Amino acid sequence: MATAPTEIKVTPEIAAEHGLTPDEFARVKKILGRDPNITELGIFSVMWSEHCSYKSSKVHLKRLPTRGKLVVQGPGENAGVVDIGDGLVAAFKIESHNHPSYVEPFQGATTGVGGILRDIFTMGARPVAVLDSLRFGELAPGKGTSGDDAANNRRILDGVIRGVAHYGNCFGVPTIGGEVCFEPCYSQNPLVNALALGIARKEEIFLAKAKGIGNPVIYVGAKTGRDGIHGASLLASAEFTEESKQKRPNVQVGDPFMEKLLLEACIEAMQTGAVVAIQDMGAAGLTCSTMEMASRGGTGIEIDLAKVPQRESGMTPYEIMLSESQERMLLVAERGREREVLDVFKKWGLDAVVVGTVTEGGLAKVMHGAHVAAEIPAHPLAEEGPVYQRPIGQPPLRKETAADWYKFAGEKTNLTENFKKLMGSPAIASKRWITEQYDTMVRTNTLAGPGASDAAVIRLKDPQTGEVKRALALSTDGNGRWCQLNPRVGAMHAVAEAARNVATSGARPIAATNCLNFGSPEKPEVMWQFSEAIDGLTVACNELGTPITGGNVSFYNETLGKSIYPTPVIGILGIIEDASRVVKIGFREVGDAIILLDGLAADAASKQVPVNEPAQEFSSSEYSKHVGGIVAGEPPAIDLAAEKRLQELLIALATDGLVQSAHDISDGGVAVAIAESCFASAGGRPEVAALSAKVALGDADNAAGAASAEFALFEERGARAIVSVKPSLVARVLETARQYKVTAEQIGQVTGDKTLRIEYKGHTMIDSPVEELREVWTHSLERAVKASAVAAD
Amino acid sequence: MKFGVVVFPGSNCDHDAYYTFANVMKKPVAFIWHDSQDLAGCDAIILPGGFAHGDYLRTGAIARFSPVMKSVEKFAKGGGMVFGICNGFQILLEAGLLPGAVMRNSGLRYICRHVHVRIEQTDTPFTSAADAGQIIRIPIAHNDGNYNVDEATLAELEKNRQVIFRYTSADGSDDAAGNPNGSMSNIAGICNRERNVAGLMPHPERAVEAALDSADGLVIFKSMVESLVGAAKATA
Repeated sequence: MATAPTEIKVTPEIAAEHGLTPDEFARVKKILGRDPNITELGIFSVMWSEHCSYKSSKVHLKRLPTRGKLVVQGPGENAGVVDIGDGLVAAFKIESHNHPSYVEPFQGATTGVGGILRDIFTMGARPVAVLDSLRFGELAPGKGTSGDDAANNRRILDGVIRGVAHYGNCFGVPTIGGEVCFEPCYSQNPLVNALALGIARKEEIFLAKAKGIGNPVIYVGAKTGRDGIHGASLLASAEFTEESKQKRPNVQVGDPFMEKLLLEACIEAMQTGAVVAIQDMGAAGLTCSTMEMASRGGTGIEIDLAKVPQRESGMTPYEIMLSESQERMLLVAERGREREVLDVFKKWGLDAVVVGTVTEGGLAKVMHGAHVAAEIPAHPLAEEGPVYQRPIGQPPLRKETAADWYKFAGEKTNLTENFKKLMGSPAIASKRWITEQYDTMVRTNTLAGPGASDAAVIRLKDPQTGEVKRALALSTDGNGRWCQLNPRVGAMHAVAEAARNVATSGARPIAATNCLNFGSPEKPEVMWQFSEAIDGLTVACNELGTPITGGNVSFYNETLGKSIYPTPVIGILGIIEDASRVVKIGFREVGDAIILLDGLAADAASKQVPVNEPAQEFSSSEYSKHVGGIVAGEPPAIDLAAEKRLQELLIALATDGLVQSAHDISDGGVAVAIAESCFASAGGRPEVAALSAKVALGDADNAAGAASAEFALFEERGARAIVSVKPSLVARVLETARQYKVTAEQIGQVTGDKTLRIEYKGHTMIDSPVEELREVWTHSLERAVKASAVAAD
Repeated sequence: MKFGVVVFPGSNCDHDAYYTFANVMKKPVAFIWHDSQDLAGCDAIILPGGFAHGDYLRTGAIARFSPVMKSVEKFAKGGGMVFGICNGFQILLEAGLLPGAVMRNSGLRYICRHVHVRIEQTDTPFTSAADAGQIIRIPIAHNDGNYNVDEATLAELEKNRQVIFRYTSADGSDDAAGNPNGSMSNIAGICNRERNVAGLMPHPERAVEAALDSADGLVIFKSMVESLVGAAKATA
């Protein structure tokens, strides 16, 4: 198919091979008023693929809140743009590269990072940070994971990490955060979601709208080759089968050096003032960039493929239009000033060729020398593609009883060994082995890199003077397990946790981006999950004041008919007005008070908060999964008003400099949060001894307290955080919490006796040298992966 | 006094070096494009970190042929101060301005983290403001930092006190634990025999403010500034 000559007669069978349904094929013929030729068919098939057209998700995405005071550009452009003050804007977006990363982990991940970086600098913004949200199958054999699966998962993880590192490091953008999670369902369908953030002056933002009849269309960057043909339509828009490995040639190859040159050249070219519009060639390459630029600008476009720089000879129009070779851009320059633009690219040693012009009338005409290769009305192609209201079917309710849920240990059971096990689980363990492979510091803006604060924080240098005033915080979150159990509540938690992480660092959350990873939209239960998740995101983003400014949808995350957990990943951006007020998670001084903040408890009695059975709720926790081997029940109940109160309080405490540290309570509950704050007291320095803590939970006199010690220590209900506070400021912190209607209770203090002690209702539950726990936490992930070197080679 | 930061295609710590001189040291600094042979009247030249020319073939192997390197060589031979950081060090090695070579890290992975480095010699323009034996904590960020050289040259380097930066453990012992990449004799950075050209794998320009977790790298930039002041006085 890839070498199909243009003369090939398009039949319904060939249309079907291109993934077009009979109805879609009929629509193509209607738009054209005739049968398409093979190149045109190829163009329609990629533009109308799920990946490019959002045909199954569009009707649902409309429900998401996308407007806000600070939103300069919402969904529909290459990235969302928000106002961050002093004439600066931030462009940011998250995108998936899941399927390619399974087929070829290293290149899949590199091109995922490369693609999102291009989206950012296409807008005129210089990329300043990358975060990666990664999901893999389990690293060790166990329930639902065979030995072969585990070995394969370790190989995929290694390739993806190397790929992310290679591209970001060489390009020169710091990879400052993200998450890595493990579930058996991602074994043959890892998720690689990359978020990039860029900064620009507000008036320098570029859009991808062709304008000015007669203006030249310029192709810049790498030459076009036969790689990645049909990446978007065949790879990203269909589930995996046994033959998927044969799709390896459909994965593109990334060249971060080329991209770095492209970045510098594009930014320099934009500064000439001669660039009218610019669009990167990502999914569906030249097809998508030409058609979308014309469609958005309400113009036509004419290009000559014979002029396109090509890596190999004899490429057909079909191949040139559908190639997904990386590191390419299409731009429209002002007529008469093309020389200025071409000179910049020449300086950077890049190909830049005028390949066409902006035309009147809305027709996209693709020439190949003297021959017309394709002639398509751009707007109907880009905007009048199929839109599906796919059938939605709620799966039968899970019939669970207490017998399916986690059984709490007796009140007096010492939990130290279980705790150690939890600290060493890949989900909780330090990700340092991974993040040390990333350049986290280039550009010298990183105020809080991986693990230092709940959010990744970078400072903003004024592009002209280099002066620093504000900082930006970013966090990505998503809990597939919770979304599997309850997609609506799970999605709300993703937003709440990302926003909470940002607020804990001291930043005010202002906007969100989302990456929606789901199974096949052709399955009613997947569409139900999708619709529920959208509703959850909508409610939570509205309540927490973080409009969605962009993102992407990744369907068909299935292998051999089995869907992944529905996994919406949310990235939230926040602003810290004073860059010197960043709050980190590490304890600072012996004798500081540890205070538990709980947004929910304050008025739980007065509100109708849906509360699950403790055991039911606990069964969805990390502890239940890792220690008890049980994944069931419901995600914790969520109260967004409580979240909002807590976040406002955290921002106020940071702004007034009242806390020494702050850490939200999430995976592994309050016990893990306290341990992590101990470890982080060493500032990531192995040679520095960690501070310790002594904490007492559960009021011995209060019979209505938590159900058990395990519940109290490890439950993952949101709207909570721990802060450490200088003794002299405790009263002020408690008073501030009262003002914000958040319950605050001193539960212990930071100690220097090197022992972590946690009591529950007067009984010691955890008692361990903190360095012993730290050792397990620090090295478990590396040990789990290193099993690979032996097993996989 | 003017510092020049060379920009190769693929340099990515050029801005960080520039920021260090302009905003932290508050000294005049200019970018120099690799295609130019004009060093723009600079008194000291910085070859910054990054992946010059993609580091294809070998790190620094293509960059050493960039036109600017002819002028840098001439400038160095004339006694001018040249400092290579990370990729800049690799380029100086390829250009033959410093002896030896770097190989892939012994762990075969890119590493980015803070390490401890002992300043071994203070009679260089890059270290004159430091105390002898001072240990600084600055980050590394590289794939190929495993310094190697033949035994005879190593002996020469030691004899001439050209090893000016050495990896150590936090407590100052130059053991294997303190060596992040397998470098011979824990070498982190060296100078030429004339002491006016130096290269260093770690990034002192990433450790110039407390907000960046360490300001230990400042001592190197202070040394460079003071040395230029001293040189100016000497010729005045």
